Amino acid sequence: MDSATVFRADGIGKSYPGVRANDDVSFEVARGEIHALLGENGAGKSTLVKMIYGLVRPDDGRMTLLDRPHEPSDPRAARAAGVAMVFQHFSLFDALSVAENIALGMENPPPRRELADRITKVSHEFGLPLNPARRVVTLSAGERQRVEIIRCLLQNPRLLIMDEPTSVLTPQEAELLFATLRKLAAQGTAILYISHKLEEIRAHCDCATILRHGRVVDSCNPRDHSASQLAAMMVGGEMRPIDRSGRHAGETLLDLRDLSLPAPTAEGVALKSVSLSIRAGEILGIGGVAGNGQEELLAALSGEMPSAPGTLTVEGADLSQASPAARRRAGLLAAPEDRLGHAAVPDFSLTENTLLTAGDRKSLVRRGLIDHNAARDFAQAVIAAFDVRTPGPGTAAKALSGGNLQKFVIGREVMQDPRVLVVNQPTWGVDAGAAAAVRQSLLDLARSGAGVIVISQDLDEILELSDRFCALNEGRLSDPVPTEGLTLERIGLMLGGAHGMEEARI
Amino acid sequence: MIQFVPRTDASGPWQIATPILAVLATMLTGGLLFALLGHDPVAAIRTIFWDPLFGMAASYSRPQLLVKAAPLILIASGLAVGFRAGVWNIGAEGQYIIGGLCGAGVALALYPLDAFWIFPAMVVAGLAGGWAWGMIPALLRNWFGASEILVSLMLVYVAQRVAAWMAFGPMKNPEGFGFPGSRNLQQYPSASNPELFANTGAHWGVFAALAAVIATWVLMSRHIRGFHIRAAGTAPRAARFAGVRPQVLVAFCLGLSGALAGAAGLFEVAGPAGQVTDKLGTGYGFTAIIVAFLGRLHPVGILLAGLLLALTYIGGELAQLTMQLPAASVQVFQGMLLFFLLGFDILTRFRIVRRVRA
Repeated sequence: MDSATVFRADGIGKSYPGVRANDDVSFEVARGEIHALLGENGAGKSTLVKMIYGLVRPDDGRMTLLDRPHEPSDPRAARAAGVAMVFQHFSLFDALSVAENIALGMENPPPRRELADRITKVSHEFGLPLNPARRVVTLSAGERQRVEIIRCLLQNPRLLIMDEPTSVLTPQEAELLFATLRKLAAQGTAILYISHKLEEIRAHCDCATILRHGRVVDSCNPRDHSASQLAAMMVGGEMRPIDRSGRHAGETLLDLRDLSLPAPTAEGVALKSVSLSIRAGEILGIGGVAGNGQEELLAALSGEMPSAPGTLTVEGADLSQASPAARRRAGLLAAPEDRLGHAAVPDFSLTENTLLTAGDRKSLVRRGLIDHNAARDFAQAVIAAFDVRTPGPGTAAKALSGGNLQKFVIGREVMQDPRVLVVNQPTWGVDAGAAAAVRQSLLDLARSGAGVIVISQDLDEILELSDRFCALNEGRLSDPVPTEGLTLERIGLMLGGAHGMEEARI
Repeated sequence: MIQFVPRTDASGPWQIATPILAVLATMLTGGLLFALLGHDPVAAIRTIFWDPLFGMAASYSRPQLLVKAAPLILIASGLAVGFRAGVWNIGAEGQYIIGGLCGAGVALALYPLDAFWIFPAMVVAGLAGGWAWGMIPALLRNWFGASEILVSLMLVYVAQRVAAWMAFGPMKNPEGFGFPGSRNLQQYPSASNPELFANTGAHWGVFAALAAVIATWVLMSRHIRGFHIRAAGTAPRAARFAGVRPQVLVAFCLGLSGALAGAAGLFEVAGPAGQVTDKLGTGYGFTAIIVAFLGRLHPVGILLAGLLLALTYIGGELAQLTMQLPAASVQVFQGMLLFFLLGFDILTRFRIVRRVRA
């Protein structure tokens, strides 16, 4: 084995009931290398890194770390062997300080003062500004991620695994992260970087291993390929280009004027004087880092959170106080981010799930009585039109994959011919093929004369779909700007830039 | 090593099998208990579960089956609707008492007037009384976030004190020689709830219970409100997204179950019990919780479970008389039934897998 190799996987395989999550996966990560693990959702990336981190045991194959067999029985053993991992979802206690959170994750935490010194030292060394005394609840998503990273760095890892780290960051925060990763790599740490953001991988990674259906289909230097070539390797075929043609902005359909709402829960975000308007045939993109009021804005539009009279008008009618059902009758439809439990009832069949929103507009409910045949026919129509892969309309929503359920949820609203459709994170966790289908359906809807509001954290998606762009930051909505000619950097500044950039300049 | 593996879908066959298993386990354990107490277990089980229907005294006890089952089914039908929505009305016993008092109050106030509308007016009063008692926990939950479980339960004890006050005070029979308790409504034709067909036990409450079973079945399977109730019980956020207002739902569920419990109380006071006493509440409101769960919160299941629990009441009394079994044995039986049902329920949600350690 090459002495520069830090980690090596040889023919790794893992099966779950009914699924071969990984099959004969082999790859190497060298010292000082940022190695991308690329693939669609469900391609087996997560299973693979969970095996390296000791959360799951492989069925077959071998792993080698620093020339020694790597068979961790649990994450503690993996950490002891020199593997560290930053998860997509943070495991931090809001009420505790940064230093306390880090101490909780350590096997033998040093005395508090010494730990605080070490945190300050490491954070300066790697350009990750962080005050160890601050309480986690006051930190932004980017800062919380720094806590997780510093917790890893204090263990002096030889292999650092990062699971979709930039999905919660503004572009500026992401740049800061990459600078840190390069410093780490320069010191000899091997980094395994999971993402499906192709531009990011092309810009920063030295090597990429591409997974599809649990198998390694290719490995390459991502800089030698275009983003669309990488995408083709991921999905195993050319992507159909999105058709944006044939739309004309018409009269104003929806007007949101000076809408303010208190935070619905302790963790929620207050909406502060939000104004926007949407015209027929237009797509408005609303970008922002998660937890800046996206859910609250959707709730204010869907009717889950009524607002002061006069704040929301649709085609001249004041719907500020209207119930969700009344708003649907008026043509204002919505599809929330959380598919299971919000947009759909997990235990109910697809047929029953049509009744959640389509009862009135599709005459599935008359004088309070449910027409089960009509509901089943409508569910069947959505399944056919949106290519939902399922045995039939009687299948429970929770039995569908994320992408298929998302197609169903979007299809359920689109096929009701809304005047205005509001969607939050329409392609989150959806594979590339389904995402393209969902986006195309939104464009088609706008072409037919409806107004569409797309709330998304995926800036590429917003640039691809929308005509105008607004940034949502801490419950405030920026003025809209045309997306034509808008750069990611400009968007980043609109999103509030990198939290804590000022400290970084000290 | 035995492991529980979660099922992706609740198992259909087990949904039906677990109540039956629970009944069998209750019989077995009950038999064991009686054996330890020095009774013949087989005879005891036969006395409780067989003799009331087919034994020597069956001609007396068979009509009792409907008399006991009617209030259980009527109350459980309402409770099950709320339980599906995640609204836990534990205080049906209190709503039952207040419903009975209100209905009897109408009759006692009109005595000795003779008119066809008196009994219907009593039914309305019974429904209204139970509804109002159920609305107290509903409003306290909606306004202040108070737990409807605790409030409805505590209101049972308030209702019991109200019943005692009425029996000893305002509703006491002026011709009762100072004994506590109201006039006997069975002797007031316009207000009584008689056995409609001889030797069947069928009074108006039995028909009300059947109507409640059918109505809640239609509500839960055909009506959009029932759909919203089921959605709210399993995915509250999705229900809110659909347009369900949680506060309206809480009021509807507690109001409905309260009204049905109140009606059950009225039919009992005007019929089998005959009068208001301080012992108006006999535990139907609590037993109905077992009926609702044993019947899988489904109207038809509730119908069958109500008949079974009614059987334990009658069989228990019979066993007391003929075998001198302790009076508490009925309650032990009913408790065990719920205990075993909840225990066996794990089989609907998990598969048992035997693994050999590598």
